[in-house]
Amino acid sequence: MEDANQLESFRSNVRTWVEGNFPDSLLGVDMASLAGGESGARANEEVKAGMEAWRQKLAEKGWGAPTWPVEFGGAGLSDPEADVIGEEIHLAGAYNPIPHMTGMGITMVGPTLLEYGTDEQKARHLKGIASGEIRWCLGLSEPNAGSDLASLSTKAEDKGDYFALNGQKVWTSGANISQWCGALVRTDSDVGKRDGISFVMLPMQQEGVETRPIRLISGVSPFCETYFTEARAEKGDLLGNLNDGWSVVKRLLQHERQSQTGGRSVSMVDSEPLHVRAQRFVGVDETGALADGDLRQRLVRNYMDATAHKLTAQRITDEAAGRVEVSAAASILKNSNTRVAQNKAELALEIMGSQGVGWAGDDFAEDELGIVREWLAGKAMSIYGGSYEVQNNIISKNVLGLPETTQKG
Amino acid sequence: MAALTEEQSILKDQATSWVETEFPVQKFREFRNSNSDGGFDAQAWSAMVDMGWTGILVPEAYGGSDLGYLTFGVILEQLGRQLCASPLFASAYVGATAVNLGGDDAQKQHWLPSIVDGSEILALAVDEGARHQRDQMASTATSSADGYMINGAKTFVSEGMSATTFIVAAATDAGAIELYLVPADSDGMTRQAMSTVDARDYARVTLSNVAVPSSAHLGALGGGELHELVLNRACAGLAMEMLGVGCFSFEMTLDYLKTRKQFGKVIGSFQALGHRAAELYSAQEMARSCAEAGVIAIDNASDDEAAMSALSKAKTGEFLYEMSNQLIQIHGGIGMTDDFDAGFYLKRARVLETLYGNQAQQRDRYARALGF
Repeated sequence: MEDANQLESFRSNVRTWVEGNFPDSLLGVDMASLAGGESGARANEEVKAGMEAWRQKLAEKGWGAPTWPVEFGGAGLSDPEADVIGEEIHLAGAYNPIPHMTGMGITMVGPTLLEYGTDEQKARHLKGIASGEIRWCLGLSEPNAGSDLASLSTKAEDKGDYFALNGQKVWTSGANISQWCGALVRTDSDVGKRDGISFVMLPMQQEGVETRPIRLISGVSPFCETYFTEARAEKGDLLGNLNDGWSVVKRLLQHERQSQTGGRSVSMVDSEPLHVRAQRFVGVDETGALADGDLRQRLVRNYMDATAHKLTAQRITDEAAGRVEVSAAASILKNSNTRVAQNKAELALEIMGSQGVGWAGDDFAEDELGIVREWLAGKAMSIYGGSYEVQNNIISKNVLGLPETTQKG
Repeated sequence: MAALTEEQSILKDQATSWVETEFPVQKFREFRNSNSDGGFDAQAWSAMVDMGWTGILVPEAYGGSDLGYLTFGVILEQLGRQLCASPLFASAYVGATAVNLGGDDAQKQHWLPSIVDGSEILALAVDEGARHQRDQMASTATSSADGYMINGAKTFVSEGMSATTFIVAAATDAGAIELYLVPADSDGMTRQAMSTVDARDYARVTLSNVAVPSSAHLGALGGGELHELVLNRACAGLAMEMLGVGCFSFEMTLDYLKTRKQFGKVIGSFQALGHRAAELYSAQEMARSCAEAGVIAIDNASDDEAAMSALSKAKTGEFLYEMSNQLIQIHGGIGMTDDFDAGFYLKRARVLETLYGNQAQQRDRYARALGF
């Protein structure tokens, strides 16, 4: 049990440290998008230097991954202590760029490595993630293996001391700027499709790896197609047992779902509460209520759904205290978070009328354009990390105990 | 569900096993079929009094246990699961809330111990028309030499035929809406039973020049605030009952999905129904969080109590509306028969939906609390 006084004194230490170390040059800078890699090239030198200094300071404290063991670059802290660090950094108007800088490293690869990795693998890979220096991507989906991930066909051939990979991955986030990749590959084609899959790790800077960015409906290109042609993955970088990659990836995806159940993501839509934006665009009646009564009801529904989601996330966390297995709850929360966010973006567009369909140019304010891009980008929420329908399959089978509705093969 | 203290857990377990063994929904069926006078099962009511449930919101100084709204809510949830009919909510929740918040010491001394021992049954008389409109009141309480003269016509008064005393909402000379305790046998009062789909006790009540002493006025808060506060808290309580009605409906439906076979397999193996069940389950979890948050906000004296009570009834209402329709739909033909219990749950669901303001009205309340 965490002593409340102890936590408060920890908080005041964190606050002092953040105040003393966060560089002034970064105040007001949109670090999330810089750390994400997309617009990093556009940043000026002073901001870049500030970011690098700030990253190093956080890394020295082990605060890139505060709950990981100290020997692997973490700070060995408890969950409540890690929350305090996040809250204090947020309160100071600062930002912890390390999770973004590592791609899939902090949220997914690291936790899975901690669970499945050998001592040697942990020692080799975790520190680079915790410090924010090594960016990881994941090669999971393929053109013909989306929701039915287990039907993947990228082959890994045993070449003695290494595997030779051949095949195509798609939707690999940040593959073009990543140093390492965790890839799901077929190592046995003569058994059931879930029983011949392995999880390997390989460096991206090598001859057999080619990446092509994909342009999305929102205009950005955060994903790539990734081609493996005789790409090399060392035997020592097989994570988990040979042909047991399905267990590894199931755990990996649980970590993903947990990171998608409503984190502290900074959102353009949050720049102004929706009802305030609506008062501006739609007006109010003589009683002070929003002039469009139908919109007003739907706005409240969205607010209520958001609150219901937060209350449920909190309740599930409280109930799960001490228990690791909360995957069932993660499916419910992923879908509710998706519903709330997508609906919120649609409402923002509706409120703004023709200002809500601008693509570029001076006719539209920056936050208006931001909302439009976010609305488009948000359509992915119900597709990635197990689609909305896949989550409902999981709920109906794993939570409610109804029979399997998909073919396992 | 919300974290409970040891005492709350014991009461919850007691309520669960009592209602399942002593008053399962079959008892409600017998009660409905009996067409007996009175809106509740006398045996159930006296058992509730003996178990101390009537004193949960009453301070110890007035003979209660003062265990709070979450505790009461947990019991309402259990009663909702089996549609157990009693004046517990009307008298010991809404009635006790009004007297606690609006009464002076003498009024509390007079009323609270009688609520606890069950000798008084209080019922809130607020609505005057088909739609709940809490801010418009035609009933009046005119000041007289030694008290008030009350006139008005009330409808849809929950437990109105069983009540020994009404809590009547009426406008003062100054136009504020205040609450008055009016004995059911007062001169000038008449009541008439209403027959509703849920077969529970509702009455039409008319007050014609009913004279009450000044001690009938629950005036500790003043300015019409009490009326609003009591209705808000009533909504939070109803949300807990609605949660119970909805959760039991879900369990019946899930059980059916796992046992009913068509086309050679259980119907729950069809993805359309599996996904529907997943959506209903998610809605149930959201509703539980909101319902519990509504009563917890009262116990914590939170600033956002009004908004949370609106949230609790709106979100449980949304879940129960869909759940009660799917309860019938997924059961198919059997769900349409009176011999099967599903219809009872659908009917109770719609009455609870309209009582003290439907979803749209709760959302309106929420928007106003947030300033739009």
